[in-house]
Amino acid sequence: MTTQPDIEHLLGAMATRLRELLAARGIGDPCMVGIHTGGVWVAQRLHELLGLGEPLGTLDISFYRDDFSRIGVHPQVKPSNLPFDVEGRHIVLVDDVLYTGRTIRAALNEIFDYGRPASVTLAVLVERGGRELPIQADVAGVQMQLEADQQVKLSGPDHLALTVQSHAG
Amino acid sequence: MPANLQLDANGNLRHFLTVEGLKRQTLTDILDLAESFATVDAQSVKKVPLLRGKTIANLFFESSTRTRTTFELAAKRLSADVLNINIQTSATSKGESLLDMLHNLEAMHCDMFVVRHADSGAAHFIARHVAPHVSVVNAGDGRHAHPTQGMLDMFTIRRHKGPDFGALRVAIVGDIMHSRVARSQIHALNILGVGELRAIAPKTLVPPEASALGVHVFHDMARGLKDVDVVIMLRLQRERMQGALIPSGSEFYQLYGLDTDMLAHAKPDAIVMHPGPINRGIEIDSAVADGEQSVILEQVSNGIAVRMAVMSMCLGRGPEAAGEGS
Repeated sequence: MTTQPDIEHLLGAMATRLRELLAARGIGDPCMVGIHTGGVWVAQRLHELLGLGEPLGTLDISFYRDDFSRIGVHPQVKPSNLPFDVEGRHIVLVDDVLYTGRTIRAALNEIFDYGRPASVTLAVLVERGGRELPIQADVAGVQMQLEADQQVKLSGPDHLALTVQSHAG
Repeated sequence: MPANLQLDANGNLRHFLTVEGLKRQTLTDILDLAESFATVDAQSVKKVPLLRGKTIANLFFESSTRTRTTFELAAKRLSADVLNINIQTSATSKGESLLDMLHNLEAMHCDMFVVRHADSGAAHFIARHVAPHVSVVNAGDGRHAHPTQGMLDMFTIRRHKGPDFGALRVAIVGDIMHSRVARSQIHALNILGVGELRAIAPKTLVPPEASALGVHVFHDMARGLKDVDVVIMLRLQRERMQGALIPSGSEFYQLYGLDTDMLAHAKPDAIVMHPGPINRGIEIDSAVADGEQSVILEQVSNGIAVRMAVMSMCLGRGPEAAGEGS
């Protein structure tokens, strides 16, 4: 296990870049949505740092995954909760790690079943290689070069920490 | 019949035939998953793509509007395709055997049969003969079981009274003898560790196995309702009664009907449940059925989420499990 970046520093930098990006796009009152579980933790911090007015939304994308026929559904699905009308709003979607892009694909589909947002901006704490879909982050806290057998995991929620585990051998 | 007919090699639900014999964790999983499906109602598109490409056939050998409709809605909200087979006009009435009909539906790549039948054990019989990739859900068989109704009732109780069933006193009132709903409720409540379970009915309408299942039997309704948290009324099933099990409808109502005076014996915050269809003035007064303590219509809504949970658990077992022999 290698030394991992300081999360608070990354979150602060992400908030700054998000603020700039939203201002450049003319978005005044965005709605933030975190993806369970790690994405919600990151979103809670960003939501606080940006001082957003709308309450934070949460998504559990289990019902929208593309591997249901292979792995089934886990009973501990957390309820999705979007406490605002998605229709016509600017959404900031937040996840902890962007890897294959499949989670984001599922989250976009779920958001669109709530309504038609004006735009969706993607912010992730960690961006690693290995994309299988044409999906990229608008704001990323850190880029990591990892092997296919390595996994990066965010633990929390009180103290956020990143660990890289290897499944080799 | 083997107890594990409804479980696969990994102990996951393959069919859902009866609550009896299932682990508490399995019931809790169904309730937790149903809780998540209940949030789909908040979406403007009230659908999730989980069972896209799956085909579910409703085989209702016994008529039912509410149960068939909620199964159909549950399947559609999971994005499955639904076939409603009209048994009366289908080939079984032309002399085709039941198994031939099932094998034809399998050849059309159906993934699940939802079965309601007037004979006890019908869903088990079908489950024993289906192809390995097909799941069977029991939507009521004779007097035996109606497990999804039993689970939607547990879901309704948990939503109102919290997850600690051990703190609850539940009374089931009326025609327990003929009720597959009551049997499924009794098994589910026992598995979930209910504090006290009471049956309130005339001697002729209490099945002999009631006390063996840990049920306290009361023949006096006022005494039986004292301090209960949940009152479950049952429909008087006159179509299943042969001979004089009850003297008359009006006398039954005098003794075992639920009106506001009678309900006052239960706890002030007790909820009133009924699986429907209700017979107003036969087992329940309109003032109670439509009153503040009634959760009867919530039970109907909850039926959709619970059936979504059962269907997705049975059909989402991975290729290893689905490909296994039976």
